[in-house]
Order: sequence, then structure tokens, then C-alpha cells
Amino acid sequence: MKKACPRETYGKELLKAAGEDKRIVALDADLSGSTMSCLVRQQYPEQYFEMGIAEQNMVAVAAGLALSGKIPFVHSFSVFLTGRAFEQIRQSIALAGANVKLVGSSYGFSDFGDGATHQALEDVAVMRALPNMTVLVPMDPGEVVEAVALARQIEGPVYIRISRTEMEYMPREYPRGTLLEPSLMADGKDITVFSNGLMTKEALLARSILAEEGISLRVVNVSCPKPLAKEQILDYMRDVKGVITAEEHSVIGGLGSAILEAAALEPKPTCLIGANDTFGQSAESHEELLEHYGLTFKTIVERARFLARRDV
Amino acid sequence: MMKNRDLDYLSSKARAVREGIVRAIGTNNKGHLGGSMSSADVVTALYFYKMNHWPNDPRNEDRDRFIFSKGHSVLAQYAALAECGYFPVEALPTAKQLGSFLQGHPERDRTPGIEANTGSLGQGLSVGLGMALAGKLDQKDYKVYVIVGDAELAEGQIWEAATTAAFYKTSNLVAIVDHNKMQATGAIADMYDIGQVAEKFAAFGWRVLEIDGHDMEAIVDALDAADENTGQPVCIVAHTVKGKGVSFAEHKASFHNGAMTPEQYEQALEEIALG
Repeated sequence: MKKACPRETYGKELLKAAGEDKRIVALDADLSGSTMSCLVRQQYPEQYFEMGIAEQNMVAVAAGLALSGKIPFVHSFSVFLTGRAFEQIRQSIALAGANVKLVGSSYGFSDFGDGATHQALEDVAVMRALPNMTVLVPMDPGEVVEAVALARQIEGPVYIRISRTEMEYMPREYPRGTLLEPSLMADGKDITVFSNGLMTKEALLARSILAEEGISLRVVNVSCPKPLAKEQILDYMRDVKGVITAEEHSVIGGLGSAILEAAALEPKPTCLIGANDTFGQSAESHEELLEHYGLTFKTIVERARFLARRDV
Repeated sequence: MMKNRDLDYLSSKARAVREGIVRAIGTNNKGHLGGSMSSADVVTALYFYKMNHWPNDPRNEDRDRFIFSKGHSVLAQYAALAECGYFPVEALPTAKQLGSFLQGHPERDRTPGIEANTGSLGQGLSVGLGMALAGKLDQKDYKVYVIVGDAELAEGQIWEAATTAAFYKTSNLVAIVDHNKMQATGAIADMYDIGQVAEKFAAFGWRVLEIDGHDMEAIVDALDAADENTGQPVCIVAHTVKGKGVSFAEHKASFHNGAMTPEQYEQALEEIALG
């Protein structure tokens, strides 16, 4: 399987975009070496603003740049960008409808060594709650490229989550729309898994294991939990007996919550897989944390077995 | 807008702005009278003397920008915008009514002439800085004026913006501190002393001017002096009186966001007319 580091893919796309459109400017709060906005700093210094370790000011400055015709891409780790500067994002960007792209790096458990302070498990929940905000969670480096392109097309605020660790390129066997639409990864008839980020790969692994047990999984990647394509989501779950959601995020407020909200009038038995109302901790690898917090194919397999047995 | 340094003309416009503030609040409704009145003279000088702006073309890209970072005082801006012709003066009493284009705090997509959404304090200087940086990138001559409250200077983000503006040498950014010495709950000196305002901005690398914020000549002189490019952002510390122009509201924290009786409403209009 071909792999790439999504933040490096992101950095190259941002650099390309900055070369193509001089309205694009990059802002960073002393993490440009990690978020990879440093590529713009090096190649187009006039399109880069170092904002120091001051995220609140950075976000509001980006609003001012956008309201004067620039297209700012604002960078920090997900947890600082969406947490420290939440209210600046709310008032100066979302309420104003400012054309700012917020790029949160090292989300979920991907900054494994730094521990709970650096691990964003609530960022989708808070960004999803804001009117006018589009939230994008790429499943692989290919979707990182698509996310940057889509963010450039959208005239308004966008939040993109970028993982710190390598991701495999996922197969694309079915026709796909933009990231705003859920994409069918593999079809099945018993249970639908809605996933995004790294969990889509895990869902496909679970699907092949369960196939041997006679449990048929449909896997749908949902890179855009906000605004959620509600009708398409419902279409993917009407004919199955259960639903699983899987995300590298808290089960509170993320993709799982979005799916449950969409299906409130047509509910299905649903299992939410994610961080269970917990902070993270340090570990020696991303995989170690994903395993510890149950964010692997194994949990999806268990839940699918449970759902498949339920009404037999 | 025509620029007119006629001080009598500007004083008459300041009276019109103050009258507009009172009419926007009306009677028996709470409204931010105190901070709107303290900043009314500076706001008047910006709209009727200093700024390049076009009421028929509010988003003209060459316009000077004005942001009320202390967004609760927006009634002074609404009154000035109406007096300039951005919308009818008769609309002022609809402020804060359901569905009105005049919200309790400024919203750029609802009101012509509003540049940013403010209300949560401490953000407007940063937004103005972003506009100033964009102006420099685009080699535009426009300036960005931001009025911040003195009590608002407790917000840490103000000082993040102050550091960044000095670092990027945004000489096209002018912060005006409406130094009325009052916060919502009492005198700043008693409640939460923010210290020496001019010295603080100077220490952050800003060029600082200090004036009587109700002396129209001093205001226009300071706004002109701010045009000199020394490679620094400019801070004008305007010493003002909360509630200025309405005797029962002057220096009173209770009129930070207070309601006027019908008698007080009439008294306020009379005192303003007498100047």
C-alpha cells in the first residue's frame, strides 16, 4: 500500500495553492515546521505571517485579512487552534462569514508522545457547532489534496483536520463526488459503518474479517461531518439492521453524534466508536494509543457481531 | 465624504451623533449610553473629517476602515453612519428590535458601513491589524482605525495584537483608546486598574499621542498627526468622560448599559441640543 505523511502532502498543496493564487496567505503560531506551512514561508515569504505563540490574535488577524480580500490559511495544532481561539473563530470568523481556512494539525492521538494536552479529541465537536463552518476530515493523503481544493472553492470558513502520522492511500472503487458527499468504500447488506480519517482503513479491515463470518459490512467514508449530507447518509442506512460510527475523536459531538442527529426520525441501532469521554496520554506510537483506546478494526468487528446477533 | 476641518461644523455633527444615540436607545430600554457618548466626538471626527469613505459604496476597496472593538458602543457608529447617509436616521430607534439591521453589537453583514463583528471584547484590534496587513500587501493607502475601551485593555489579546502590529510595522493602523476610566461595574481605578495606558503602548513599540477626547481640535490634530509614517502603529489615548453630554449619565457606571425614563430622555435631548 502506498503511504504518505498527510501534513507533508498538505504542505505541498498549500505551497501549490499559494503559487497559483496570490490572495492566499499562510499564518502560523510557531508550529510551521510541524504544520508544514513553513514551505510557504520559505518560498513565498510575502505570503506568510509568523504570528508568534498567540493563537487568539492570529485567528482574528486572519479574519481581518479575509475581510480585506485575502484567503488566509491559519495553522496550529488542532487543540490550540480550535480550543484556545474558539471564541475568536466564533465571532470574528464564523459569525462574520469570513473566508478563512483553519488547518488543525496533529489531531486525535497522532501527536502520541506529547500526551493529553496536545491531543485534540473535541475539535470536530466545537467546530461542528458553529453556523457557517464546514468541517473536513480526510481519510488519506489523496483526500488531503481534495480538502485543500474544496476549501479554496468554498467562499467561507472551513476547518480541516490533518493527522501527524502516515496514512495509506485508500482504494477508490466507487464513483465519488466532492468531500462534501459521503463516499461508498465497499458495499454490504447487514451493517453500515460511517467512518472518517484513519478509521476508514480500520473499517475496511473489519469488513474483510466479518465477511468470513457471514456478516456483510457496508463502509461509507464521511469526510464532511458538517454540513452533513443527511439524505445520502439516510440512504446508506435504510436497508441495514445496524449502524456503526468510527472516528478518531470523542464520541461526544463528532461524526457519531452527527449521524445520530441525522437519523433521529429514522433511527437504527447504532454503536459509536471513538474516545469514550476521555483525555489521551503519552505513548511511544500512534498505533499504541489507537489500540489502547479501542480505535481499531477489532472494536468494529466486536460491535458488528453484537449488532448482527441482536435481532436474530 | 467631504472633509471639513470647520470645528463648528464638526461640533454640530457631534451633537447629531449624540442625539442619534439617545433616539436609538429610546425610553425604558436598556442601552449602552455611557461608552457611546464618551466616544461620540472621536467617532464624529473619523466619519466627518478624517476617513475616506463613500456611503453609497460602503465596501469600496480604497475606503478607510473603522472598527469599534468595544462593540457595545456601536450606537455612536450607527448614529454617525445614519448622519452620513448610509441609512435613514429614522431607522435608529429600531436598534435591538427583532429583525432589525441594527443589532445590539455590530454585525458587518447586517449593517452597511460595519466592517467587523465585535462585541466579545479584545478582538477588534486584531481584526483591524489583519486589514492593515492586507492593505500593506496590496499597496493600498487606506488606514484602519480601531476604538478600544480602556477596560477592554484587560483582555490579553489586545497585547498580542499590540506586539504583532509593532513587529509588522503597521503604520497604517491607528488604535484609539476611549479612556473614560469606567468599566461596567464601577471606576477602573477601584475595580480593576489597568495601569498607565500610554506608557504600556509605548513599551509595546507604538507611537503614542495623548489628547482630550472631547476637544474636537485636539482630536482632528491627533488624527492628522497619526498620518506621519514612522514605521510604527499609532495609539491615540483619548481622555474622555463616560456619558459625556448628558449630565445625569456622566461618570456613572449605572449608565454603562442603563435605561432612561421619558423625563430623562427629554432632558438628554435638550442638553445635547444646547451643546
